[in-house]
Amino acid sequence: MDILIRGFLHALDLIVHLDPALREVVILSLQVSGAALFISIVLGIPTGVWLGLHTFRGRQILVALLYTGMGLPPVVVGLAIYLLFSHQGPLGNLDWLFTPKAMISAEIILSFPLVAGFTMTAIASVSVEAPQQLRSLGATSTQIVLTLLYEARNGVLAAIVAGFGAIISEVGAVMLVGGNIEHHTRVLTTAIVLETRKGNFDLAIALGLILVGFTFTANWFLLRLQGRLDPRP
Amino acid sequence: MLTPTPILSLRNIRHSYGRRIVLRLDQLDVCQGELLALVGPSGAGKSTLLRLLNYLEAPTQGQVMYHDQVYTPNTLPLAIRRRITTVFQQPYLLNTSVYHNVTYGLRLRGNRNGQAIVEEVLRTVGLANLRNAPAHTLSGGESQRVSLARGLVLNPEILLLDEPTANLDPANVRLLENIIMQANRQRHTTIVLVTHNIWQARRLAQRVAFLFDGELLEVTPTEQFFESPRHPKSAAFIRGELVY
Ligand SMILES: Nc1ncnc2c1ncn2[C@@H]1O[C@H](COP(=O)(O)OP(=O)(O)OP(=O)(O)O)[C@@H](O)[C@H]1O
Ligand SMILES: [Mg+2]
Repeated sequence: MDILIRGFLHALDLIVHLDPALREVVILSLQVSGAALFISIVLGIPTGVWLGLHTFRGRQILVALLYTGMGLPPVVVGLAIYLLFSHQGPLGNLDWLFTPKAMISAEIILSFPLVAGFTMTAIASVSVEAPQQLRSLGATSTQIVLTLLYEARNGVLAAIVAGFGAIISEVGAVMLVGGNIEHHTRVLTTAIVLETRKGNFDLAIALGLILVGFTFTANWFLLRLQGRLDPRP
Repeated sequence: MLTPTPILSLRNIRHSYGRRIVLRLDQLDVCQGELLALVGPSGAGKSTLLRLLNYLEAPTQGQVMYHDQVYTPNTLPLAIRRRITTVFQQPYLLNTSVYHNVTYGLRLRGNRNGQAIVEEVLRTVGLANLRNAPAHTLSGGESQRVSLARGLVLNPEILLLDEPTANLDPANVRLLENIIMQANRQRHTTIVLVTHNIWQARRLAQRVAFLFDGELLEVTPTEQFFESPRHPKSAAFIRGELVY
C-alpha cells in the first residue's frame, strides 16, 4: 500500500514538473496518435458517408470487411505491418520498421475501420427521406453531405473518439513495429510496460495517469461538443 | 385573357419502380401563375408526380420540361433548381431549432439578409413563439407548418405542396389555405397542390387534375370539374365513393 501511495505522489510530482523523459514520451504519443487519427478521419468519414448513403453490388462484402476491421486484434495488425516493412517484406526498402511511420501505419489500420464503420451507421440512421428533401430546398450534393454529417453529429463524433481511444491506448502493435526505442519510438503505453517491468512504479503510474487523462479529456470534449450542438428547448 | 404559358410540362411519362408502372401520363402542363390541384385516391401516384416535377427523380421514360426546355435532375442548372421547392407529405425536419429549420434554404443560398421575410413567415404560420423550440418536440401540425414556412421564405417560382394541411385542425387549415392563396394570388407563385380534401381543391384551385392508378383521367377548370366532371371515375370520386 505504502509503495502505491508514494508512487502516486511521486508521479504527480513528475507530471507537475514536466519531467523531460515523461514529456518526450507524451509528445511522441500525441504525435503518432494524432497523425494516425487525422488520416483515419480524412479517409474514414468519406468512406462511412459513402457506405451509409449508397447501395451497390459488393457493398455487403465491404461492410463485413469493415466490421471485421473494427474488431481486429492489434497484435495481428502489428505482425502484418511488421512483415510488410521488414527487410524481406514488400515495402522493406522504405526502411520504416522501428520508426514512428510504421507505428502510425499500424494505428491507421486499427482506427480507420472504427471511424468509417461508426460514421456509416450514424449516416444510415438519418431518415432516407432526408437527402431528397434537402435537395428540394436547394442543397447541392456537397451541402447535402455536410447537412447529413451535422444531423448525424453525435454518431460521427463518437466515431472519432472511438478511433482515438483505440489507438492512444494501443500497446501490442506499436511495441512490435516501433520497438519501444528510447527517444525514438517510445510512447505512453510501451513506456508503461517497460517501467513496470523495471520496477519504476512512480514513472509507470505517472504515465498511466496521463494516458487515462487523455482518454477522459477526449470523452469530456465529445460530451461538451454534443451538448453544445444540440438544440435546447 | 392571355394564353397561359406552361412553366413545367410532362411529356410521354412512364415511371416505374421495379417492374411496376406507377405513372402513365402523356401530357400535363403546369401553367405560370396558376394553382393546380392534384387529386386522386391513395396510391394513385400524386407524390411521385411531384417528385418528377421537382426534378428529384428522372422519369423512367419521357421528358420533364421547364419553360419548354427538357432537363433531367443531372442537367438542371442549380439556379433553376432553386426556384422549385416541395413541401413534403412527411416533412423531414433538421434536428435543430424551428428558426434554423426555416432559414435552412436561405443559408444554403448564402442569403443572410432574409431576416424580414423569415419573421413575417414565422408570424403568418403562427410559429413566432416556437422559434427556439427544437424541431423534434413539435406536434404533427406544427412540423407541417415549419415545413411550409421553410418553403415560403425561399419565395419560389414554383411551390409543390403535398397534403400541406393533412394534420391540422379546421382553424389552422383555414390559416394555411389563406397563406397558400396569398402566395398564389399576390406573389404569383405557381402552385401544384396535392390534397385529399376535394373541398380544399374547390376553394383554392383554378384547375383540377384527377389522377387515378397512375393515369391522368382529366384536367379541367375547377368549376367544371365539380359541376360536370368529364370522367365517370372523377364523378364517383367527388361523390366520395371508393373508386378502384
Ligand atoms: N420509392 C418507391 N419504390 C417503390 N414503390 C414506390 C415508391 N414510391 C412510390 N411507390 C409506389 O408508387 C405508387 C404511388 O405512390 P405515391 O406515393 O405517388 O401515391 P400517392 O398518390 O401520393 O398516395 P397517397 O395519397 O397515399 O400519398 C404507390 O403504389 C407506391 O407504393
Ligand atoms: Mg402521397
